[in-house]
Amino acid sequence: MSKMNMLQAINSALDTAMAENEKVLCFGEDVGVFGGVFRATSNLQQKYGKARCFNTPLVEQGIIGFANGLAAQGSVPVAEIQFADYIFPAFDQIVNESAKFRYRSGNLFNVGGLTIRAPYGGGIAGGLYHSQSPEAYFAHTPGLKIVVPRNPHQAKGLLLGAIHDPNPTLFFEPKRLYRASVGEVPDEDYRLPLGEAEVIKEGSDITLLGWGAQMEVIEKAVEMAEKEGISCEVIDLRTILPWDVETVANSVFKTGRLVVTHEAPLTGGFAGEIAATIQDRCFLYLESPIARVTGIDTPFPLVLEKEHLPNHLKVYEAIRASVDF
Amino acid sequence: MTTTKSKVVYSPVFTDGAEFRIPTFKLLKQDGSLYKSAKAPDLDKEKALRIYRAMVTTRILDERMLAAQRQGRLSFYMQCTGEEAAVIGSTAALDDGDMIMAQYREQGALAYRGFSIDEFMNQLFGNELDYGKGRQMPVHYGSEKLNYMTISSPLATQIPQATGYAYGQKMAGEGHCTITYFGEGAASEGDFHAALNMAAVHRVPVIFLCRNNGYAISTPAAEQFAADGVAPRAYGYKMDVIRVDGNDILAMYQATQEARKLAVEHNRPVLIEAMSYRLAAHSSSDDPSGYRSKDEEAVWREKDPILRMRLWLESLKWWSEDDEKQLQENMRREVLETMKRAQKRPPPALDTLVTDVYDEVPPHLAEQFEKVKAHICKYPDEYPKSAEHAKGGA
Repeated sequence: MSKMNMLQAINSALDTAMAENEKVLCFGEDVGVFGGVFRATSNLQQKYGKARCFNTPLVEQGIIGFANGLAAQGSVPVAEIQFADYIFPAFDQIVNESAKFRYRSGNLFNVGGLTIRAPYGGGIAGGLYHSQSPEAYFAHTPGLKIVVPRNPHQAKGLLLGAIHDPNPTLFFEPKRLYRASVGEVPDEDYRLPLGEAEVIKEGSDITLLGWGAQMEVIEKAVEMAEKEGISCEVIDLRTILPWDVETVANSVFKTGRLVVTHEAPLTGGFAGEIAATIQDRCFLYLESPIARVTGIDTPFPLVLEKEHLPNHLKVYEAIRASVDF
Repeated sequence: MTTTKSKVVYSPVFTDGAEFRIPTFKLLKQDGSLYKSAKAPDLDKEKALRIYRAMVTTRILDERMLAAQRQGRLSFYMQCTGEEAAVIGSTAALDDGDMIMAQYREQGALAYRGFSIDEFMNQLFGNELDYGKGRQMPVHYGSEKLNYMTISSPLATQIPQATGYAYGQKMAGEGHCTITYFGEGAASEGDFHAALNMAAVHRVPVIFLCRNNGYAISTPAAEQFAADGVAPRAYGYKMDVIRVDGNDILAMYQATQEARKLAVEHNRPVLIEAMSYRLAAHSSSDDPSGYRSKDEEAVWREKDPILRMRLWLESLKWWSEDDEKQLQENMRREVLETMKRAQKRPPPALDTLVTDVYDEVPPHLAEQFEKVKAHICKYPDEYPKSAEHAKGGA
């Protein structure tokens, strides 16, 4: 065990994967000698050489197209997109290629070895183009897996899980927590399962569901609510696609109330999908409408970022409204 | 059916393009004198001084605002340092009515066109007078009246847009063109290739100005492309191309003047590769000591484009030590005073959170906004930037 921040945990996961399997390659813009603009790939080029960890030209569609080809050939590419906001030039390669490679070939070929890492999310004064949470765009694409870790321990275990998963996986890293989130992380290889949510706190009155950086927001809101005697169950969804309906439904059977929160805008956000499924599964158990606490339906602002973001106060208010319904 | 009319050969002949070595156009030496066979372009004193003042303004603004960022007054900043001649020399060769679609390091073009220090500061601090309404990070300027398209962070997206904008200008028939700026890193994006091809196919009056400054954040040009720079790509699209010493204000000016003629008078798009060096970090978030040496930077510091122009101006007796001192003092004072003023101004009104998403705020967003306001009114101390506005109804 070592004390690590989330960047160090991600670096440790990449190091572990590269040490175990020489087919694992890490590449992207500035990931080589510099170790990435956030330093997630620090020292990997020095340790494993330029052929396995390298800078690419500045072309996201090229990075993912290249990664698809590598994965089809049997290599295990871990491609970095510098910011999730810049993933869209690669949208075609991800949505039409990565996601459909296996299906369209009748499983003759697949790109299951592919992992795409990208920092996402707000709270760093990044404005329109360094703050977005694009998970819902990709959640509309069968064939992909989407994973978001909440802390260093989860980040290493889930990233190793993603690298070893036999399906193309998007791994969105909450960059606000890169250095802010610190915890004990095993030095050795360990893998956390994809497709499984985690109940991180049990409670009886209401279920709070989120992922990534939003888990910290939930924690603060729950602290406020519990002072008022509201018993909260907290679930980290961890994998957005395919998501763990059972764990969430079982919790709502028990509590009868659900608040889902994410930074992405409300309309078309993944909370809508969760709400629809859970009302279908738990209709007669619900004590109040399922609440969504999200960014509003605008591009991500800068100066008024705080007003836009679904912070702990807004989550707390949603808990109150649900309980008082 | 192919349109290639090439000679036929009967054994496999490969060509590596080595015959297309592109020369570098230079006029001005670092000591301010012209190269032996060089001739200064047609540039009068008034315009020369307008250019020089814009270069000095840009340098001082960059120095002060990076310092302000380091003091925590500003969240972020990007400097143009070392590339002032490439940007301002090219902008100055255009008509002020021509469109500029820049990347993000071209504040010099705005300074040349007459963007005031107040206007710069209002954007940098995202206050109530910022044209962009405090929505974008610092240095994402825009000015409709100065024909400078608002900056977008995603790289290279402006390049095909410039082709489209210029096609519209050609249709309008008013004799204008568009210049688009981008780095040698952005030239790797697919958008770059699409833009050049479409411009050549549709004979569009657009000037593609690549600032080859050696680095895309940490990635050196040698890891960006295997070719001899960006310029040779123009051949593949059948486009006129010139490579210019980007630290040579006179060469940049003349090359762009000629490019504009090709674009506007003959509907021939042009690629200009300006060879320069990003003397500062990529941005205030970057630290170049992790990927390049101080020695390398020192070599380029010796090639300062501003000093080079100043020495030329002095050789013509168009500029003096006193003029320099006065300009420096005035600019530094103006930047400081303006910064204080801009920093004190209140943030944009709360309703800027929801306006401009569409031409009008749609009902679902209006409803969301009412909830945001009610929430802020409940916790006014938590939202110091907007509590007053929320109470007042906007």
